[in-house]
Amino acid sequence: MSFLRNKIDQLKKPFLKGAKFEKYAPAFGALETFLFVPNHTTKKGAHVRDAVDLKRTMFMVIIALLPALVYGMYNTGYQHFSQLGEAFTFWDAFLHGAYKMIPMIVVSYAVGLGIEFIFAIYRGHEVNEGYLVTGLLIPMIMPIDLPLWMLAISVVFSVLIGKEAFGGTGMNILNPALTARAFAFFAYPTFMSGDKVWVSEATNIDAISGETILGKLAAGKDVAWNASDMFFGSIPGSVSETSTLWILVGAAILILTGVGSWRIIVGGFIGAALTALLLNQFPVNALMGFPWYQHLIVGGLAFGIVFMATDPVTASQTQTGKWIYGLLVGFFCILIRVLNPAYPEGVMLAILLMNVFAPTIDHYVVNANIKRRKKRLIAVQNIKTVS
Amino acid sequence: MSTDIRIKKGISIRLKGEATKVIKDAPRSQIYSIHPSDLLGIVPKLLVKESAKVQAGDAIFHSKANEQLLVVSPVSGTISEIVRGEKRRILEVRIQADAKDTFKDFGKKDPKNLTADEIKKHLLASGCWPFIKQRPYDIIANPSDEPRDIFISAYASAPLRADIEFALKDRAKDFQAGVDVLAKITSGKVHLGVEKNSTSYFSQVKNAVIHKISGPHPAGNVGILIHHVNPINAGERIWVVTPQDVALIGKLFLTGQFDASRVIALSGSAVKDPQYYKITQGANLSSLFKDKLEGDNNRIINGDVLTGIKISNQGDFGFYQDSITVIPEGNKYRLFGWMPFIDNNIPSLSRTSLSWLFGNKPQEVDTNLNGEERAFVVTGEMEKVFPMDIYPMQLLKACLANDIEKMENLGIYEVAPEDFSVIDFANTSKIEAQDIIRQALNLMITEVG
Repeated sequence: MSFLRNKIDQLKKPFLKGAKFEKYAPAFGALETFLFVPNHTTKKGAHVRDAVDLKRTMFMVIIALLPALVYGMYNTGYQHFSQLGEAFTFWDAFLHGAYKMIPMIVVSYAVGLGIEFIFAIYRGHEVNEGYLVTGLLIPMIMPIDLPLWMLAISVVFSVLIGKEAFGGTGMNILNPALTARAFAFFAYPTFMSGDKVWVSEATNIDAISGETILGKLAAGKDVAWNASDMFFGSIPGSVSETSTLWILVGAAILILTGVGSWRIIVGGFIGAALTALLLNQFPVNALMGFPWYQHLIVGGLAFGIVFMATDPVTASQTQTGKWIYGLLVGFFCILIRVLNPAYPEGVMLAILLMNVFAPTIDHYVVNANIKRRKKRLIAVQNIKTVS
Repeated sequence: MSTDIRIKKGISIRLKGEATKVIKDAPRSQIYSIHPSDLLGIVPKLLVKESAKVQAGDAIFHSKANEQLLVVSPVSGTISEIVRGEKRRILEVRIQADAKDTFKDFGKKDPKNLTADEIKKHLLASGCWPFIKQRPYDIIANPSDEPRDIFISAYASAPLRADIEFALKDRAKDFQAGVDVLAKITSGKVHLGVEKNSTSYFSQVKNAVIHKISGPHPAGNVGILIHHVNPINAGERIWVVTPQDVALIGKLFLTGQFDASRVIALSGSAVKDPQYYKITQGANLSSLFKDKLEGDNNRIINGDVLTGIKISNQGDFGFYQDSITVIPEGNKYRLFGWMPFIDNNIPSLSRTSLSWLFGNKPQEVDTNLNGEERAFVVTGEMEKVFPMDIYPMQLLKACLANDIEKMENLGIYEVAPEDFSVIDFANTSKIEAQDIIRQALNLMITEVG
């Protein structure tokens, strides 16, 4: 370890204060602190600090994402080979998925982190860890056949306009990963919806039925999958949204480690279930009659609620606010799904919408506290004037 | 009369190096110093010159704003040096101590026979006034104010902090006399917070409302006590005094002497045989530290690990402190130390570490920041350790934005920096919450007053 440390100390010299590459210190620091927790000691305030830091928190989210990611890679291959009608093993399927998926992850990280590094150097602050999660989320919520250049442009849009324009990590209004997806959704609609994008290389084959379940329902077609397929995830869809089981494993990791807000997750599922249950009472069309519990396990709802709605920067920040925010995300998701035929999937728009309203929710929650304080003051003043 | 206050939110970390309950006289220091920087709200104007002779209780300087507010010498001796900084600001007044103290006689007084104004005058003249601090703002009280109530907290909940009931175990009379004095200078009540399971004389103190407090740190902070008894409203003034200083005031009235000696805990994992010492305010600590510290890469803290002030091994004992804590410095690198579930020996309230499994065993800490400062990202963690009906993160953001109206609305009058020390400790982004609150309070003093 000390050998490695000495090497880094040597490499660090040109980046120190007053040295030649001082300007690029944030970039070097980002790489250095990835290896070592720095030797910084407390300068003011409390002399001792908790072991937790943002790197650890963000990495915990990545760990929680891994089950869904690994299954997503397998399912990519599974959908590809099974639709083609070829025989395949688990490893064939997984490797096909990895072959498609890894370039997307590499592009997402390279482009996004590149921009983050440039901004850190330009603004002279450390590279924030937020993009470690965003960079993995973006390829996980895209259709598998999205061309890499479109992915790259979506990343550029989300990081520049969605995040850095507002001041960087911690200041953004909208979830960056969903901003990227929304950009791709509206900029390249033919690559982001329809029946050809959800199964790997589906465009090469004519007879393929690569639609998602929600797409079929919206188009009034029959659904060939049962609830267990939906729960375990062997259905077409964005790479990592299909398996509710592995998403719930991720949710358990987030909740047990306290990294993700259980209030938002539980609130989201309750909101969605209640809304779907209500709509089930008026089964005018296939979507309105779609059983409420199947709404919870199909499409991006689970993935969105567990991994995107819980983004602490863009969600509500107060405890009461988190409940309201979660419930409303679930509510709007089902509402958009069922009542708006143009968008068979509603979770992306529901979360983005609630991102915008989260500060308003917090405003009213915090205002209740302020009112209590003012009331107390008025009560005291009244006593004084009476006496 | 007593009420129960149960605090649930907070941090319960146990640190290695707790002081054993044995009191020893600290070796008498050659030099005693007064640092005006300890005295928030006072600009000093000197009353003595170098090489002047002083007794314990003789005035050293007065407050520029109030000539009657005196700060006095804790020992008898000779003024050896007046250390000045930029613009001739006084940094330190050093006193070369005599072998044995002689005390200025202020005369025995019975608070029963005095009016509030006479008591205030006596406290000002005897150098006891700086021990009375006010909330809001956490500065030395203004004698012309009329405090709504006076609060004392005798529950030391901070890690490794001196056990107040042990430190004051032989001073029941002094303490009661001090409470009697304070009760005369407020039209309200004196509120005393004691630990729930306390069996000492504290729970029988007269002339005060006793509150039995239980729960994790910061339950023992006086600000938390005030908040749960009767929160501070805009325009109100609350005075607070630490228990050791209450005893000091009591002794002044009983004996006529300004006796600045106190029992303190010298604790921390870098201390050999941590225990209690009897020491006098302002004492130079180099003789106390001799052969007592492990190694030389240590952080020496005047106070506790959460709120104390860093000093060198030649430093002086502070004005208000009742503890000195020494822990190893953390100026070392940790390979991949940021990964979850790595280095579980470092205390952590987050479940991203297995540290909670060792919750009941005392843990060793150092001063490593365990990361770097970041923007506010994680939400909800500050509320978990902050036992007040206040939104701490929203308040901190209002403070950073210098938004005075918002700060007022969100409860700036009810908090002191020390209440935010747990947030310093717990927050993921390494936000310096205590510093932010102190700056904000300073802004409030100049803008609102």
